[in-house]
Amino acid sequence: MNIQVKDLYKNFGDFQAIKGVDFSIEEGKLVGLLGPSGGGKTSILRMLAGLEEPSSGQVILNGKVANGLTVQEREIGFVFQNYALFKHMTVFENVAYGLKVKKVDKARIKQRVEELLELMGLAQTINKYPHQLSGGQKQRVAFARALAPKPKLLLLDEPFAAIDAKVRKDLRLWLRNVISEFGITTIFVTHDQDEAIEVADELLIINSGKVEQQGTPWDIYHRPASRFVAEFLGNSNQLISPVTLKGFEILQKYQDGQEWKENSSVFIRPEWIEIRPLDVSYQKNAGETAEVTHVHFRGDAWYIELQLADLKLFTSLSINAPRYQVGDQVNLLIHKLSIFSDVGNEIAGNSLLNVSLSYHI
Amino acid sequence: MRKLLISATWFLFILIIIFPISFIVTGAFEEGWSGFIEALTRPEALHAMKISLYIVVVVTIFNVGLGILFSLELVRGNWLARWVKPVINAIIDLPFAVSPVIGGFMIILLYGPETVLGIFFASFGVDIVFALPGMILATMFVTFPFVVREVVPVLEEIGEDVEEASRTLGASKWRTFRQVTWPSIQWPVVYGAVLTIARSLGEFGAVLVVSGNIINQTQTVTTLVYQDADYFNVVGANSLALILCLISIVTLLVLDGLKRRQEVLRSEHSSEGSV
Amino acid sequence: MRDKLEKYALRSILIGYLIVLIVAPLSAVYVQGFSLGLSNFWKTVTDEMALHAITLTIRLAVIATLIQIIIGTLIAYVLTRYEFPGKRYLNSLVDLPFALPTAVSGVMFLMVLTPNSFVGQMLDSIGISLLFNQSAIIIGMVFVTFPFIVRAVQPLLENLDEDQVQASYTLGASKWRTFCKVVFPAILPGIIAGSLLAFSRALAEFGVIALISGNIPMETLVASVYIFGQIESFNTEGATAVSVVLLTFSFLVLWITNLTRRRGDI
Repeated sequence: MNIQVKDLYKNFGDFQAIKGVDFSIEEGKLVGLLGPSGGGKTSILRMLAGLEEPSSGQVILNGKVANGLTVQEREIGFVFQNYALFKHMTVFENVAYGLKVKKVDKARIKQRVEELLELMGLAQTINKYPHQLSGGQKQRVAFARALAPKPKLLLLDEPFAAIDAKVRKDLRLWLRNVISEFGITTIFVTHDQDEAIEVADELLIINSGKVEQQGTPWDIYHRPASRFVAEFLGNSNQLISPVTLKGFEILQKYQDGQEWKENSSVFIRPEWIEIRPLDVSYQKNAGETAEVTHVHFRGDAWYIELQLADLKLFTSLSINAPRYQVGDQVNLLIHKLSIFSDVGNEIAGNSLLNVSLSYHI
Repeated sequence: MRKLLISATWFLFILIIIFPISFIVTGAFEEGWSGFIEALTRPEALHAMKISLYIVVVVTIFNVGLGILFSLELVRGNWLARWVKPVINAIIDLPFAVSPVIGGFMIILLYGPETVLGIFFASFGVDIVFALPGMILATMFVTFPFVVREVVPVLEEIGEDVEEASRTLGASKWRTFRQVTWPSIQWPVVYGAVLTIARSLGEFGAVLVVSGNIINQTQTVTTLVYQDADYFNVVGANSLALILCLISIVTLLVLDGLKRRQEVLRSEHSSEGSV
Repeated sequence: MRDKLEKYALRSILIGYLIVLIVAPLSAVYVQGFSLGLSNFWKTVTDEMALHAITLTIRLAVIATLIQIIIGTLIAYVLTRYEFPGKRYLNSLVDLPFALPTAVSGVMFLMVLTPNSFVGQMLDSIGISLLFNQSAIIIGMVFVTFPFIVRAVQPLLENLDEDQVQASYTLGASKWRTFCKVVFPAILPGIIAGSLLAFSRALAEFGVIALISGNIPMETLVASVYIFGQIESFNTEGATAVSVVLLTFSFLVLWITNLTRRRGDI
């Protein structure tokens, strides 16, 4: 199912939850709605489902305006944040519910439910009640229940929010695989960026009732369209007060004494920072001398804090990289930084690096 | 569908409750204000009110006082064997299940003029059946569960920790009760007390059986209403019924207010906890 | 030492209170009942009038409870799921039939249904009489049991997970199907608990029925009024025997109620 949303607004009393949202989603895509809590992601999802009526604007499903359609008519599958399993029904009855509504004959229902539960690894739980299941199992039952009637669109509201961190990782990959196997258009809501980046083909960043950016996770991470996106997605070093950095004369343009001009914010992603030994020979001049102030083992990487004049920066370093100690002097090379201001946004490369800086994605 | 259901609800309320009550009002004022006042100030009405008041006061004092002690011992008392508590719990509920007529009949069986206990008390010049003591006993029986049922769950909910904390800080038992336990059970006690007052005022079956309904002696307001209705004294019955009805409505409003208060307190409590 | 004495005194008072007030009187009924001897007891209970009173009471209490299940569930549903003007007042009114002294309720229905009232006349003109017959008893029973099912179902409806209802919609189920398959099973424990309470109250009801049933033996005489009549005419045996039956029935209902409540907790 392809989806188009045009100029969507939603008010709850005086509160404007959604303030003019436009986007379109192609058939078969797995799309994440990502943003902080209270930003309106769930409202958008519920309007797509027909659980909420838009105040104005259009929801177009497969080229047809769906505003007047009831939930029942939209042929969607919806997985609720707390699963909303029917407590008094067994796993089988839960999954069979939508098929019974469709008046599928009994033998077919049995076959389809068993098939789905097998696929979900839930064959053992078929006669159990929801309260006898673990969080991960409930999640998969909810998922199977939504998929059973073969919906054209699958909507997931914070699908992993109520699950232990450890199980969550496995479930994400599993979910991705199942969805790509079914090839069903899927939209999920999350406030967890790792989850969004790992699972989605495409992301919609939602903040304060508006779409900030739409694109692939790679795209958005590397070319954030707004200050909000840059701050929200991934960790960044933000340069709170103006500094001069070697190779970034461009910063002068945005500085006015001790203040940033034009409402500018400057971010440096940790992976844009390279730590090298002081005696490095390759393009030594493009780097600055800094001191390691903190080293912390993170399991899969070293987390390192550095002091560069008045500036505190953090970055991470591969476990296999040469180790540094607190107090070590290092040559710190900043490859690029991103600037967001009223006069425009840009990603600036280090001008002293004589490598052409054309990032093609 | 929605409109239909709401209309059906209004219809049921009007048919079953509002409409019938309007008949008491018209019945009471069939002969105007003077008839209404006259019905209320008849000597037998005044006497009945006095008897009802006695019963309410005595029953409320006993059942509230002993009800609190009972709840405390039932929840905190570790001298009760484990299996005893559920038994006592079940016994407390019994008066709810017993028909009021049987409630009165029991008293007659136990303390009637021909029974051992009845003769024993009579030898001290105390009549129980067909007299005030029996009526009070019957009403106490019927209203016994109210305070206990309100206080026990609250005591269970607040747990013993705060009381133990108070004792470790050197507070005496009495001080602990007054300053730690009482503040958390005071509104449930009031709630139970209001229920007790309302029910002891309104109790009819048990009192009718025990009292013999002797005019100007053992007649309460409710049994007088019954007698008036039996003798087709429309104004008399309805005037007193109207007063009782108003008292019931006030009672409900008070209980509603108390419930709201408790909900507010509880929500404040839980929001504090979550912060 | 004094402390201990106080403790024991208090405990004795409390246990004594329980015995004097509840245990002894209730046992008195059973002791009296068994002192009749089994055959005598059986003869008294199966006396034509007594037996009719008992079966009539049970039959009408069942009918009243069934009526209450329908209107109680409907009212609970409307009062929790819909917003409309006057809702708060209706919600407070639910308890009034419980709070109203039964003698007052009796007088009230006597006034409404009496042939002199305009309601009575209207009913009379279409050939219906609702006073001094079995329908009067049902009206009285329905009135006094009004709050039980509403109050038992309301909290369950309030706690009903709205997501479950919406999940049912997203799976294509209509409102009616959702009510039957999702909402109703969730409130069923409340309906059962409420109807048990209502049934036991209807069995025990005296005040309203005594005034509006006419108390005609073999026709409209219910068990509680029968007991009252036996006491009035100093027939202790008859009163005791029927009391034992009615009490046992009430305790049974109470026991089942506790049983279902405990199961509901799990």
